[in-house]
Amino acid sequence: MAAESMSSRETGTPLVKRGLAEMLKGGVIMDVVTPEQAKVAEDAGAVAVMALERVPADIRRDGGVARMSDPEMITGIQEAVTIPVMAKARIGHFVEAQILEALDVDYIDESEVLTPADEAHHIDKWAFTVPFVCGATNLGEALRRISEGACMIRSKGEAGTGNIVEAVRHLRSIIGDIRKITQADSAELFDWAKQLRAPLPLVREVAETGWLPVPMFCAGGISTPADAGLVMQLGAEAVFVGSGIFKSSDPAPRAKAIVEAATNYRDAHILAKVSRGLGEPMPGLEIDGLETRLADRGW
Amino acid sequence: MKVGVLALQGAFGLHERVLNRLDVAAVQVRTPEELAEVDRLVIPGGESTAISKLLDANGLADPLAGRLADGLPVLGTCAGLILLAAEVVDGYPGQHCFGAIDATVRRNGYGRQSESFHAPIDVEGWESPFPGVFIRAPVIASAGPDVEVLAELDGVPVLCRQGSVVVSSFHPELAEDDRIHRWFIEQE
Repeated sequence: MAAESMSSRETGTPLVKRGLAEMLKGGVIMDVVTPEQAKVAEDAGAVAVMALERVPADIRRDGGVARMSDPEMITGIQEAVTIPVMAKARIGHFVEAQILEALDVDYIDESEVLTPADEAHHIDKWAFTVPFVCGATNLGEALRRISEGACMIRSKGEAGTGNIVEAVRHLRSIIGDIRKITQADSAELFDWAKQLRAPLPLVREVAETGWLPVPMFCAGGISTPADAGLVMQLGAEAVFVGSGIFKSSDPAPRAKAIVEAATNYRDAHILAKVSRGLGEPMPGLEIDGLETRLADRGW
Repeated sequence: MKVGVLALQGAFGLHERVLNRLDVAAVQVRTPEELAEVDRLVIPGGESTAISKLLDANGLADPLAGRLADGLPVLGTCAGLILLAAEVVDGYPGQHCFGAIDATVRRNGYGRQSESFHAPIDVEGWESPFPGVFIRAPVIASAGPDVEVLAELDGVPVLCRQGSVVVSSFHPELAEDDRIHRWFIEQE
């Protein structure tokens, strides 16, 4: 539709950017590397797909520098599905982000799963029309990303491990600190801002509302319906599943089961039903044995 | 009066928050038992493909079709509009559309996220415009003779009513403005 010369339409505002994140709540966002996988994800009821060349488990295995995906591959996935398509840019790599915006992706993930391009600065996300999601391991990191313009936060977990322990640690840290801040008096909030290395107005907003100013989803290590239920009960508002689906023995039924688990996360009978006979989950990794901790990337 | 919010996926929490502000008891609906208890229903924004599949998974498709046929008052926003329409163009093959309102919608008709926008919406009889937030929104491509168009944007219907069914292309739950919800719960 030609918007010019008609009504006054404002695009790319914070509300419009956060709005799409609100619409993804209660859903599952799945990593896909081909149009065929994207179709499997959509057929299973995914609310969005993350288009990338290698899932985190393969990035971890292959080593080397992980970069933004080939635009041809992203376009192929956009053509294959009707749901939103996200893609990843390296931390601080604002030109990769400009390219992804030019490709008309629906959300950019400034992601620690790729090799960081800048050791001090994240992307100035206010400069873009396309919304950004960023990872966080704690409340300070989340608020710094929001101050840079992120419209969705995902707890990082440890991508590509199939191990939920880091996701739980990060969620508990973020939500635990939110709870404490709501109990703090106005004088204590100055110290909280200092300790969190986060802007005081955002700390005050968290204290008043008891939540982040943007939705918070969970990523990193989710590989079963029970994992999805766990992080949702802990307070995540939706889940990202990376390697957990397409590195399992039978992706389609597992994808559908995780979608149903994210909706019915408080109903143990439904969780029991959807967990049956899914085959082998992705092989998991112990965190202590990892050479690279992706969650440590970002500042 | 018990107002249900279909809570399979999407912005159901925001709808609940608006209803709570209006002192209305809002309940989340995920099962046929929960659906049977409500006097009105809100179908929120979200991904219509995902909600459609979850309606099947949770055994809600037939009970919902039945309640709609019996005249359950319902407010459908964005994805909710798609589910209530008679026909969906550019949709996902086989996604539910219950035909509660005689309208054809084009999914993502307003474009991808880069074209998501907000714009003031003039509603007939209202003193000030309503802040309309459109997120990858569906276009109401055509509406039958029984559909009352309550607001248009650039000549395209964006807020419509047919009997007790109210639909919008935009998201009143994202606005700090309760008028559409209030009007929905107060209508006969």
